[in-house]
Amino acid sequence: MARHVVAAVGEIAEGERKLVTIEGRDIGVFNVEGEYYALLNRCPHAGAELCRGFIVGFADSDEPGHYKLDRKGEFLRCPWHGWEFDIRTGQSWFDPKKVRTRAYKTSVEKGSELQKGPYVAETFSVKVEENYIVIEI
Amino acid sequence: MNVNVPLPRQQTPKEQGLSVVDCDIHPAVKSVDELFPFMAKRWQDHLKTFGSHIRQGLADALAHPRMTPDVARVDAWPDDGSTPGSDPEFMRRHHLDANGVEYGILIPLGRSGSHQRNLDYGAALCSAVNDWQISKYCEFDNRIRASITATQEDTAAAVKEINKRAKDKRFVQVLLPPRAVEPLGKRRYWPIYEAAVANKLPIGLHLGGMGGHPSTGSGMGSYYIEEHTSNVQTMQGLIISLVIEGVFEAFPDLQIVLIEGGFAWEPALNWRLDKHWKNFKAEVPHLKRAPSEYSKQHIRFTTQPIEEPERQGDLRQIIDWVGVDRLMFSTDYPHWDFDDPRYALNSAGLSVAEKQKIMSGNAKALYGLQ
Amino acid sequence: MSREGATGTDTRAKSSAGLFRGEAIDCDVHVAVPAMKVLVPYLDDYWREAVTVRGLDRHNMNLTGQPANAPINARPDWRPKQGNPGTDLPTLQNQLDAFGTKFAILNCMYGAQALHHEDMAAAFCGAVNDWLAREWLDKDARLRASIVLPIQNPQNCVKEIEKRAGDKRFVQVLIPAMGEMTLGRRYYWPIYEACEKHGLPVGVHAGSTYRFAPASVGWFSYAFEDYVSQAGAFENQLLSLVAEGVFAKFPALKVVFMESGFAWLPPFLWRANKTWRGVRAETPWVKQEPAVIIRERVRVTLQPVDAPIDGGALERTIEQIGSDDMLLFSTDFPHWHFDGLDALPDTLSPALRKKILLDNPLATYSRLRESAPKEIRP
Repeated sequence: MARHVVAAVGEIAEGERKLVTIEGRDIGVFNVEGEYYALLNRCPHAGAELCRGFIVGFADSDEPGHYKLDRKGEFLRCPWHGWEFDIRTGQSWFDPKKVRTRAYKTSVEKGSELQKGPYVAETFSVKVEENYIVIEI
Repeated sequence: MNVNVPLPRQQTPKEQGLSVVDCDIHPAVKSVDELFPFMAKRWQDHLKTFGSHIRQGLADALAHPRMTPDVARVDAWPDDGSTPGSDPEFMRRHHLDANGVEYGILIPLGRSGSHQRNLDYGAALCSAVNDWQISKYCEFDNRIRASITATQEDTAAAVKEINKRAKDKRFVQVLLPPRAVEPLGKRRYWPIYEAAVANKLPIGLHLGGMGGHPSTGSGMGSYYIEEHTSNVQTMQGLIISLVIEGVFEAFPDLQIVLIEGGFAWEPALNWRLDKHWKNFKAEVPHLKRAPSEYSKQHIRFTTQPIEEPERQGDLRQIIDWVGVDRLMFSTDYPHWDFDDPRYALNSAGLSVAEKQKIMSGNAKALYGLQ
Repeated sequence: MSREGATGTDTRAKSSAGLFRGEAIDCDVHVAVPAMKVLVPYLDDYWREAVTVRGLDRHNMNLTGQPANAPINARPDWRPKQGNPGTDLPTLQNQLDAFGTKFAILNCMYGAQALHHEDMAAAFCGAVNDWLAREWLDKDARLRASIVLPIQNPQNCVKEIEKRAGDKRFVQVLIPAMGEMTLGRRYYWPIYEACEKHGLPVGVHAGSTYRFAPASVGWFSYAFEDYVSQAGAFENQLLSLVAEGVFAKFPALKVVFMESGFAWLPPFLWRANKTWRGVRAETPWVKQEPAVIIRERVRVTLQPVDAPIDGGALERTIEQIGSDDMLLFSTDFPHWHFDGLDALPDTLSPALRKKILLDNPLATYSRLRESAPKEIRP
């Protein structure tokens, strides 16, 4: 497993995302309420760039005619057919066991710790005083 | 798609050695004045003052709003923010090149002349849209082909438009809306079929139209899922009308393409038509053969939105019942329910030769491409 | 006592127990009102006078789409010597004897459901239901019936349901497949509430009140076209019931589609699932895949069998439906869909045949279960 630095903390605002390519994989990195998550940018349905979809809440209901929006900002709607995926886990809502995209272990690391290595930072120079988002592939 | 691993990256059709003809691509205007060079001033003024006059309550929006902006893939917006499908350069890069499309056939929707209650305005719009397809898209990229839009409710005007355009071989078909004022099999529309056949053009019938009838025999559904799905029943109604009215008896050389309706429902419809023909034969003595025979010989389908049965093997069964030769690949670019040529036919159990037929061979034969 | 056989193809089985020996429930049998005068005794003074003074009885209220003399409407051996098909009890009884039917559910498609005047419709539908009870249900213990509903006004429907609920021989309600609104609409929910309360499935039968063109493409020229396109109408209604949340709101409600065909079901289920996954947020009360909901809550009568019996297409289709619970045996008497006694294709497995003939109908109709003799109860 290699650790890749994909962004500096602060680069991805809450509710936003960054698309990166690591070891030939297209990955979307998301900031959900201050926590970071990384998903393979390929929808398991038909290959769309999943991570380009709208970031949405989960529409729920107690009964017909009643609407509520829960878990704001926690879901991704595939930009093509609109399937809903939990950003934290990469699982689809309608079939979490069988229909999912890969979720990568994501962490925030101090620059000072990172400098001790090993890591890959293709586009970064790691500064001791900064914090960084790291993905394990 | 029932495995707990990421979908493997598929080879592009090019990498697989497959050529692709996309039978359903939707162009769009960035703004309506793109059409003005192709409209007499009288109609430009009409458009600017009175505009569209259609059989729907909302003037511009759809009464069943879609689930994504402009019905489109969220990732298909050109860089300048104009509506998906409106930028030929972006379309070329994002779709034609990226997906290895050898030929792409335009299906213009929206602001359609064929929906207009004012038939003269409708004819002017159709003519303008036809010029516009050639000028903006076909001239830009010689992979792109066009469809002749025409006002089906004014058959004389439609015939005139067809005859005018037929000489330009970049027009590969006549495009009519399934939801017309009357079922399209009725004799009042036959002059259009006569003109199409005389000019050796198939008729493409792409979802849509505003003939003034609700989407179901019990009125309109409330929700988009109902509206989206009701287009399947519209296609069924088309086959019923075209076959039972005897259009194919009158026009044995006519070819029809049903676009964007899917196809898995067709075997059941054919069985139903044949079964009940026994009881209704005396009502329709002009039919000399079983209804399904007409259907199989004259009607083809584009593949999108590809059916997704639950069980492995059922899609193959459906394709066997429908017939490989009657299917033609389409993406519906840039709409949201897009089918990607890398993935769409992968669970159909097709041989390479069959896949090639569906992805390009059948369309090339029908439309005279290459 | 032997009964006279009907003319034409002999439907009398060799055994006096009939073909199915009492182990069959026919979930779609038609009776027809022979003339309005048979309903007049069941009308109150106001409507009785209206019939005479307004000449309401100058035409029998037949629905468009079912011409009495058209071949589809009656098999030759099921046409009575006199009167319209479906009006003659002995003809029906011969058929029930021949099949060895335990129970038959009568569906009376009557034109009152197509009137515009809500209260006139209610008066006549009420009279039809009274007439069904007296002239049919009272006369043969095998017979059951659907409550003909004045669908124009849901409150009138609720009144009629409450009036009939105590008579357990009424086992479901009857609504035509095409009316003024898609059936899932909240406008109709009082009906579903009453049905759920009384254990009455909602029976939706082929037929239209022609408030709109029968299809989105417009008004077909021929009855043949209208008839074939009915399958599409059922598809629209099924999606309406699911999308509007009728099955969520009424967890015990069942719906039965009659004379709808069923070969259209598999591609319909696939498409409903596929689309729902992407547009779910618009109808967030639909929390399960449509196919799951439909297999659980919707049933379909057998005739017309609209997949070819030869060549395996019928078996493939039933497999693709993905459930053995959905099909309910029916003959659709007196409509002409098969010859002789070939109502139930014998290419189907014995286990499936039993489900279709008996188990599925009993599971669907709680009121049938209550009156079933012990030996055929599940």
